[in-house]
Amino acid sequence: MTRATLDLSPSPGAAPRARRILAHARTEASLLLRNGEQLLLALVIPLGLLVAGMLFGDRIGLDPVAFPASVLALALWSTSFTSLAITTAFERRYGVLERLVATPLTRSDLITGKALASASIAGGQVLLVAVVAVALGWRPEVQPLPLLGAVVAAVLALVAFASFALALAGRLRAEATLAVANLIYLVVAAGGALVLPLASYPAWAQPLLAALPPAQLGETLRGAASGSVSPLHLVGLALWAAVALLVARKAFRWTS
Amino acid sequence: MLDSPALALAGVEVSLGGRRVLDGLTFTASPGVVTGLLGPNGAGKTTTIRVLTGLVPFRGEARVLGHPAGDPDALARLGLMPQSTGAWSGIRPLELLRYLANLYTHPHDVDALTEALGITAFARTPYRRLSGGQQQAVNLAGALVGRPEFVLLDEPTAGMDPHARRRTWTLIRQLADAGVGVLLTTHAMDEAAHLADHVWIMDAGRITVDGTVADLTATESLEDVFLRHTGTGA
Repeated sequence: MTRATLDLSPSPGAAPRARRILAHARTEASLLLRNGEQLLLALVIPLGLLVAGMLFGDRIGLDPVAFPASVLALALWSTSFTSLAITTAFERRYGVLERLVATPLTRSDLITGKALASASIAGGQVLLVAVVAVALGWRPEVQPLPLLGAVVAAVLALVAFASFALALAGRLRAEATLAVANLIYLVVAAGGALVLPLASYPAWAQPLLAALPPAQLGETLRGAASGSVSPLHLVGLALWAAVALLVARKAFRWTS
Repeated sequence: MLDSPALALAGVEVSLGGRRVLDGLTFTASPGVVTGLLGPNGAGKTTTIRVLTGLVPFRGEARVLGHPAGDPDALARLGLMPQSTGAWSGIRPLELLRYLANLYTHPHDVDALTEALGITAFARTPYRRLSGGQQQAVNLAGALVGRPEFVLLDEPTAGMDPHARRRTWTLIRQLADAGVGVLLTTHAMDEAAHLADHVWIMDAGRITVDGTVADLTATESLEDVFLRHTGTGA
């Protein structure tokens, strides 16, 4: 077999920042979409819940306007927290981050690329869930200000959840992150007022849940679907996003 | 004219989990030559590479290509072949190399690189399904794709079959001949003897002896020199 001859003389140089970030985002997004477990979290579970809720939800008193908004909140939660925590933990475990550090991809490029990949997938999820929901009869009350509030809430929640995901993945071993991230996913989905409205929880639990970002996102999206948004939830999400960023900055480690 | 060193570490100390891993490590590596960093398992070779890429905090001085270790300008001019894995489990070699090539201004042609390193046959196989030696070949390609000025090769032939090992040795020699500086960490004496222009032997986080292979092996084998100067930290 003949081997190609290479000019091995040095000619290093960093590609423009935008190209580096796009290359990273594209790679992460395509790997995520190819991973069965991540697809289950990102699409199969939200779409399954949506279809079941829209077809049979009236039997258990699900609000047909609020429920698809809850599913959107769940989809955002799974992508920005659970998927990101698990993939990042295994990137550390496999030495991907250690390897990438000796390239022109700076740490801020990597974080921006990750954010872009997660945001693209979240955007795709929102679009797909919304389209399926509308096809199944969802008729939200679309008003500009609440819609803007919902978008702002989604962005702040993505930042907060993703930062906590990075903090978790940056501290625990990959297997521990896998277990803890899935456990937190289930606990928040089942009891965090993310999917079920805050009002359906016992009175004593409501103030506690209302102070946490999953409930703040769920309530904002459900409110926006009915044409109203609470500024208090937005302020809460902004505070959580700031705190989470600081925690991630302190806690994240690149090597395992 | 004397070239200034491509790598220069002086009195580098690193403690991890309360254990002193590097203990006043001092060595240099010149551009365009192969520098061997030899040491037994646990001597601190991988930690040394992490210092050079700015991944672990340290005391002392570490400069890479004229910049403080970890400086983005230096990192963009380095190529790193990690000791193990270093890639997403589901990524295909071709995909990984195209991604890495996109980070550089004048990368190698990925198809030519995969052919030169014998990767073409498994270029579309997910990384996790590759043998250890195949993963190492991909890691080596990843270190070279950006046409670096200096490469850090951490145990580069571990897991390779004799053919791949010889091919890698030839390539490392060609790299140095083309002007690329190479830091080769290994505990394979034959590899160091065959490739290194200058050898530094480290033990328990510090250099115990250094010299050219010819100097060090004037009266005894490199393995005897290695055995005599290591093992104190065990």
